[in-house]
Amino acid sequence: MNIWVNKELCNECKRCLRACPYQAIEMVEGKAFITDRCTLCGTCVEVCKEKAIISEVPTKEIPDFSQWKDVWVFVEQKDGKVLRVGLELLGKAQELAKALGEKVVGVVLGHNVAKEAEILLRYGAQIVYVADAPELDTYSTLPYTRVLSGLVKAHRPSILLIGATVLGRDLAPRLSRRLGAGLTADCTELSIDLKERILLQTRPAFGGNIMATIANRFSRPQMATVRPGVMEAKEADNPRGEVINVEVNLEPQDLVVELIKYHREAKAGVDLTEAKVIVAGGRGMGDKEGFESLWELAHLLKGEVAGTRVAVEEGWIPQNRQVGQTGVTVRPELYIACGISGAIQHRAGMMNSRYIIAINKDPQAPIFQVADWGIVGDVREVVPLLTQELRDRFARG
Amino acid sequence: MEIVILIKQVPNTTEVKIDPKTGNLIREGIDSIINPDDTHAIEAALRLKEAYGGRVTGISMGPPQAIDALSEAMAMGVDRAILLTDRPFAGADTWATSTTLGKAIEKQGNYDLVIAGRQAIDGDTAQIGPQVAEYLGIPHVSYVAGIESVDDGRITVKKAVEDGYQWLRMPLPSLITVISKINNPRPFHLARLLDACKEKAPVEVWNVADLNLKVNQVGLVGSLTQVIKTFSPKSKREIKMLSGDAKTQVRELLSELRQKRLI
Repeated sequence: MNIWVNKELCNECKRCLRACPYQAIEMVEGKAFITDRCTLCGTCVEVCKEKAIISEVPTKEIPDFSQWKDVWVFVEQKDGKVLRVGLELLGKAQELAKALGEKVVGVVLGHNVAKEAEILLRYGAQIVYVADAPELDTYSTLPYTRVLSGLVKAHRPSILLIGATVLGRDLAPRLSRRLGAGLTADCTELSIDLKERILLQTRPAFGGNIMATIANRFSRPQMATVRPGVMEAKEADNPRGEVINVEVNLEPQDLVVELIKYHREAKAGVDLTEAKVIVAGGRGMGDKEGFESLWELAHLLKGEVAGTRVAVEEGWIPQNRQVGQTGVTVRPELYIACGISGAIQHRAGMMNSRYIIAINKDPQAPIFQVADWGIVGDVREVVPLLTQELRDRFARG
Repeated sequence: MEIVILIKQVPNTTEVKIDPKTGNLIREGIDSIINPDDTHAIEAALRLKEAYGGRVTGISMGPPQAIDALSEAMAMGVDRAILLTDRPFAGADTWATSTTLGKAIEKQGNYDLVIAGRQAIDGDTAQIGPQVAEYLGIPHVSYVAGIESVDDGRITVKKAVEDGYQWLRMPLPSLITVISKINNPRPFHLARLLDACKEKAPVEVWNVADLNLKVNQVGLVGSLTQVIKTFSPKSKREIKMLSGDAKTQVRELLSELRQKRLI
């Protein structure tokens, strides 16, 4: 199995360099040269107009998936209440289903959750499957995998979306392996390629330093997980649909993992994903005292305070308020980034905010690339001024 | 107790830089390290061995240089190491990877527990653990923050979830994926690293044929998903830089915010 360039045919057009998803082709002495980063994916073979790239890798046939239809969303529930991430995915599913001319289907597993079906219909589901059983009350991998794989095999959805929560990131891979379906984790963008009628899944790779678009041509359903806060929930224009109760049949081997204790920590009282305004601070806040100044600003704007990884590591703010790749993803109406340089890991967690203000003393800081308004200046001067002006304004009414 | 750990060698992504002209990753000069979560998997396995006896086997799939990661694991105290390396393994998605690792776990012999890191820092998918467990047909628990006990053929673990912890008990053989909270990995012994690096390095090397797999089950050809494009993240926003002294900037900002009805 191999791939090589016929140097006599190569006309130095560099199409293959640009097309290679793995950046594995370089120009050596004026000719394309395939390095050992090559994964034999064959993209270069297709784009070469001179037929100068020869591959011995057999091309893979794409099976006929015309029987697989509809866009499914697994909607996670906790304590009998559906989580917002599921509704966000239904928002995206409406868009994908419209492009394909197919239906949006929501699936809920739990106990005494029938009443939640209405919410799914309101947020765009046209069919809702409800699997209700005591064993499904608290999530457990094997029972959930059993019920969902049964539903998928029976109804053959084309796309299946799952929230990338602790639950989703446990369930999705187990389910994908059982179904023989490809899975893409933590997508930040989903769209339909109408020519092939496939789902294009875009996600960050290499710690967010690069984005990759992934296709799932060889299996169904096309499975993807999406982190909370990335997509937008949309109420349906004309909500109506059918609610179908699913019979739950578990096998003894599905029940071998026992939950013996569940210790729930008292909620720290913050859910950044629900905040309309977030005032966030980073290294530029200087010290704990400097960071404290953000609380009053946030309070005036009826918002929450968040921080970067550095702010958490310095002990200026607790970990549950960290925004970014290793923290939470947020999309408030307004995000004020104070003394944050904007490492890609942080930007990944906030760049979908409606409006972004960046305050930083370095005009080259990458945070300005994602902001709507920028102030180049010392946060320790600008933040108190901003707070003072707002306070005066509110005092005047 | 026979324990298998899954190890990945990854580029130290915190050092990754993008060429501003081409938008490509600059790969030169970036260290390769054992994936951070995997060092916690190694430590967890070694502690279980110290408590219950047995043997720890490390398995890694990767290019030939991934032998370094396994040598380091042996220097920490892993007894046996197997590198799965062969050109056709390249470009594997998590489906093809879990097939390959699953097959290697079956081939290496009996096992009571498989331990993997929760996720790798170059991909962050967290898929391999659960997919390998499903391939092997054994139960799994992910996000494990503590191992409470092993007795009577069962393991009790503490799983971290969004709102606290769950204690779960399952029969062996089974698989867990661990998070960094579970322990502090020990440093490796230099003398053992030197031993591991000697000419007769004890790392075993297996290829596609050794695993009784076909070329079309592994690597990119055996994958269900393919990368069709990579690009550097770009913003669609146009920024308005405010000018003047701090007070002027702040006032202008507030009037902009009022126009957008944000205040």
